[in-house]
Amino acid sequence: MLQDKDRIFTNLYGFEDWTLEGAKKRGNWDGTKDIIARGHDAIIDEIKKSGLRGRGGAGFATGLKWSFMPKEVKDRPHYLVVNADESEPGTCKDRDIMRNDPHTLVEGCLIASFAMRAHTCYIYIRGEFIRERERLQAAIDQAYEAKLIGRNNIHGWDFDCYVHHGAGAYICGEETALLESLEGKKGQPRLKPPFPANAGVWGCPTTVNNVETIAMVPTILRRGASWFASFGRPNNTGTKVFCISGHVNKPCNVEEEMSIPLKELIERHAGGVRGGWDNLMAVIPGGSSMPVLSKEQADTMLMDFDSLAAVKSGLGTAAVIVMDKSTDIIKAFARLAYFYKHESCGQCTPCREGCGWMWRVLTRMQKGNAKVEEIDLLYEVTKQIEGHTICAFGEGASWPVQGFIRHFRPEIERRIAAHHGRDAMPMQEAAE
Amino acid sequence: MSYRRLAEQQPAAFAFRPEYEPKIAREIAKYPPGRQQSAVIALLWFGQEQEGWVTRPMIEDIARRLSMPYIRVLEVATFYTMFHLAPVGRHHLQVCTTTPCWLRGSDDVVAACKKHIAPTPKTVSADGLFSWEEVECLGACVNAPMLQIGKDFYEDLDGPTTEKLLEAFRAGKPPAPGPQKPGRKSSEPEGGALTLKDPQLYKGGYSRKTGT
Repeated sequence: MLQDKDRIFTNLYGFEDWTLEGAKKRGNWDGTKDIIARGHDAIIDEIKKSGLRGRGGAGFATGLKWSFMPKEVKDRPHYLVVNADESEPGTCKDRDIMRNDPHTLVEGCLIASFAMRAHTCYIYIRGEFIRERERLQAAIDQAYEAKLIGRNNIHGWDFDCYVHHGAGAYICGEETALLESLEGKKGQPRLKPPFPANAGVWGCPTTVNNVETIAMVPTILRRGASWFASFGRPNNTGTKVFCISGHVNKPCNVEEEMSIPLKELIERHAGGVRGGWDNLMAVIPGGSSMPVLSKEQADTMLMDFDSLAAVKSGLGTAAVIVMDKSTDIIKAFARLAYFYKHESCGQCTPCREGCGWMWRVLTRMQKGNAKVEEIDLLYEVTKQIEGHTICAFGEGASWPVQGFIRHFRPEIERRIAAHHGRDAMPMQEAAE
Repeated sequence: MSYRRLAEQQPAAFAFRPEYEPKIAREIAKYPPGRQQSAVIALLWFGQEQEGWVTRPMIEDIARRLSMPYIRVLEVATFYTMFHLAPVGRHHLQVCTTTPCWLRGSDDVVAACKKHIAPTPKTVSADGLFSWEEVECLGACVNAPMLQIGKDFYEDLDGPTTEKLLEAFRAGKPPAPGPQKPGRKSSEPEGGALTLKDPQLYKGGYSRKTGT
C-alpha cells in the first residue's frame, strides 16, 4: 500500500485547511521559484522521465504532449487549458482536488504554463461544480494576492489564471469540444489535424491537460522523476486517485500506487464487495467508457494502462464501478447507453443515430424482447460507430456495449429465452 | 443528443439587474479583446440565476451585449442542458440516475420526487416550490445516490432521506449540503478515512527532495 508520505493529494478529503496557508503547511508552493529557475526544457524533460501519463482517460505521455508546443512564441500566444469538465460516469476525483486541494492545481498551472511558454491558463470546469468553482476561484485569488501568480509575481513569469465554466455537456470533456465551448460555441468536437498544439483556442498553440495531471506536476518536480517513477510498473508509473463506487461496502476516493491489484484496491480501501468477493459479477475499471471486466478478470487484474489494455479494456479515469450478483446487468448497460444517447453532440451521424439505436435495442433486451441474432447485430452496429466519428465519443459509447456482449452474452440469451417462454412474438422495433 | 426548444410562452422583455453589471464585466475581461463571445455561457448563467430560466428576450439581450448573432446564443442555450428553457420550481432538484447512482438506489430518490413533487419531471409542484428532473452523472459517484439543488450537492441519499430533505426545504431550513449519512464528511470511506493519517503531512509535508 502507498504510504501517506508518498501521497500527493494530502487534503483529498478536505479535513484540513484548503487555503493558501494550509496548503503551504502541507508543502505546496515550496521552492516553486527554484523549479521555474530550471528552465522550460528541463521541466519538460523531468516530466518525461517521471513517466507521467495523462490522468483524464487517454493516458497520453504528459511530457511528450508538452513538447509538441512550439519552442518559441511567435505572433500567437500560447495557452494552457485545464480540463476540469469531469463528467465520466464513476469519476469524482478532480472535484476533490479542486474543492479540497486547489493550490496543488494552481501551482501546477503556473509551472506547466511556464514549461510551455504560456502566460495564460484557462481552467474549464463543468457547470454543475458551482461550489468547486467558487473554491477554486478563491484559491486563485489568494495566489494573486500573495503575488504567487499574476503580473510581476515573485516567480518571475507573468501568469494569469482564469476559471471558465460550462453548463452541462459531457462532450465538453473532449479537448476540441472544450476549446469550442471556451470560445463561446456549442461544444462540438473539431476535426484533427490541426491539433491544439498548433491551432487550439482562438487558433493559438494550446495544450489541454486534466486537473489531476497538472496538480501532480509540482510534487513530481519537487521530489524528482525517479521518486514518481518508483511507483507502479514501467510505462505505468506514479500514483493515481481511484474512485470506487457501486456495490462495495464503503465507496470512496483514494490515492494509491499505479498497478495495484484491483482486488486489493477494493478490499483494502472500499471495504470489499457487498456480500464478499465471490458475490462480484462485474467491474467497470475506468469510468463508463471502458469495457467491463468479468469476475475472473477482476480476480487478478492490475490497475494500470497496459494490464487493462491487454484485456481490451482500459484504465481510463480509474473510476472503478463495482456490480455484485444482484445487478440487472442488462439494465446497467442500457442505462449507460442512455447516457451516451443523451450526451452525443449530434455532429456525426453514426454516433447521433447509433447511440439512440443501441439504447433502444438494449432496452428491449433488458425485457428479453429481442431475437438472439440481434446480439450479433448490436455488436456489428457498435463496430460501425467506433472509428467513424470525429472524436472518441464513438468509441466511448461503443466499447461498453462491446465489453458487455463479450462477457454477458449468455445472460442476454437467458433473458430472451425467458421472455419468449411467455410471449413468442418479439416486437422488433428499433427505429425512431 | 437531447432535443430542446424555447418555451412557447415568453416574457416581453428582459434586463439584467444592476448588480450583475460588474460580474458581467469581470467575465468578459477574462478573455482577449474581441473574444467576448467566450463569456456567453457565464452571461446566460447570470440571466438564469436572475429569472429562474432562460428566455428569448434574455438571449437577444446577451447577443447584443456580446456582438453575437442571435442564433449563436440560441444554439448555446439549447445545447447545454443546465439552461432551463421553461420555468422551474424555486428549488429545482437535479437527480443523478446514471449507472453508478442507479446501482446505489437512485430509483428510490426518483420515487420520492415523484411522490412529493410531481409525477412527471420538469413539472412545478402545486405550491410552486419544487420541480425535479433526472440528469446525467454529476460527478459525486462515491457518494451515490445524490442530487443537486441550486448550487449544492446532497449526497448519500435514500428514499427516506430524500423525503426529509424535501420537508426541510419546504420548511425553509435546508440542511447542510454534502453527505446526508451521519458521520460521513466527504469522499472518505464510511466510518472514517483509512489514509492520510500521518501527522507529518500537516506540519510541512514530505514534499521537498530532502524528505523533511
